[in-house]
Amino acid sequence: MDWAQLFSVALGAILVNNFIVAQFLGICPFMGVSKKVETASGMGLAVIFVMGLASAICWPINQFILVPMGLTFMQTVTYILVIAALVQFIEMFLKKSMPSLYEALGVYLPLITTNCAVLGVVLQNTQNSYDFITSVVYGVTGGIGFLLVIVIFASIRERMEFSDCPKAFEGFPIALMAAGLVALAFLGFSGLKVFG
Amino acid sequence: MNVKKQFMDGMFFQNPVTVQLLGMCSTMAITTTLFNGVGMGVSVLVILTLANIIISLLRKIIPNNIRIACFIVVIAGFVTIVDLCLQAFLPSLSASLGLFIPLIVVNCIILGRAESFAYKNGVVVSALDGIFQGLGYTVILVIMCVIREFLGNGTFGGGILNGGDGIRILPEGIPALGMILPVGGFITLAVLIAAMQYFLNKPKKGEKKTEEVAK
Repeated sequence: MDWAQLFSVALGAILVNNFIVAQFLGICPFMGVSKKVETASGMGLAVIFVMGLASAICWPINQFILVPMGLTFMQTVTYILVIAALVQFIEMFLKKSMPSLYEALGVYLPLITTNCAVLGVVLQNTQNSYDFITSVVYGVTGGIGFLLVIVIFASIRERMEFSDCPKAFEGFPIALMAAGLVALAFLGFSGLKVFG
Repeated sequence: MNVKKQFMDGMFFQNPVTVQLLGMCSTMAITTTLFNGVGMGVSVLVILTLANIIISLLRKIIPNNIRIACFIVVIAGFVTIVDLCLQAFLPSLSASLGLFIPLIVVNCIILGRAESFAYKNGVVVSALDGIFQGLGYTVILVIMCVIREFLGNGTFGGGILNGGDGIRILPEGIPALGMILPVGGFITLAVLIAAMQYFLNKPKKGEKKTEEVAK
């Protein structure tokens, strides 16, 4: 196994090609649940979990069912069904065995189904033809990148509550502006190249 | 009258992007050239209209508990059809939109309209709703594309006009590359939504002004 390559995939997913600020995936939950640091970190943790698991499950399905049967055009449909089923399953499992975590995640768990970062990571795994381990690493680290940005952004937004801004910009537009500045900060990582 | 109201809702008062704040990912990600914006807008319009028609036809059959799963299957089916059509007939558009075509499946606009409109209304109204909401989305995409392409690249109509390079308005070296990068997406959308809020919050004058923009 090539550790250097895994490391560069991981670093890329967290900083350089961050899912939110560099690839524009998962903007809806990013803007929706970033009003408080606590809920934002809960959402981030749930996303790490689901992205890792979805990568792990979709890889064998693609490799051993869709490709041999020549059904690769069904990828999008299959993946979204897998993700929806997975989220439902995790929800039932957590409710029974880990009620405390279930309550912490609350409504954010079902919302993950329509998070484009999850479908995006699975589709990218297929497009880049990553092997199993790289796929899982990419999924988990992509989730970590999501957590990092959403927590940073939520803490900025908490401070912004008390600041003055033009009337037309109140609420959503000023939050988008702040997100733009976070994206600008992360742009600084784009020069970062590890092992070529 | 009702059709006109639906049209105005789709374009301004209930615009999917600037008022309902749905479908943000694709709005910011692909609006770098006019070609991308028009292509994405039309794809979403087609998928939204077809999905609305099918869902409103099936609305009495789909059980309430698993409706979201049913919606997603219908939407994913149409997205696959459009994806394959684009790959076959417009490979250049398909290549530049890339991942964002299959990602229309999780575009909140389509699921949102299915849930809040098509599941409760008749076929014709739902089809019109799909067309007008899709148009509203396309208009916003085109506005964003024109602004970002002009400021970030100094051209107009990239991908379509002048053999794909677009018509150069600003000389090279002046445009700010940042407007094409993600930063520009966030800031352009922020300004656009702020402008929309400004006009919508001034009821009488606002209506006149938005109509002028439409003309």
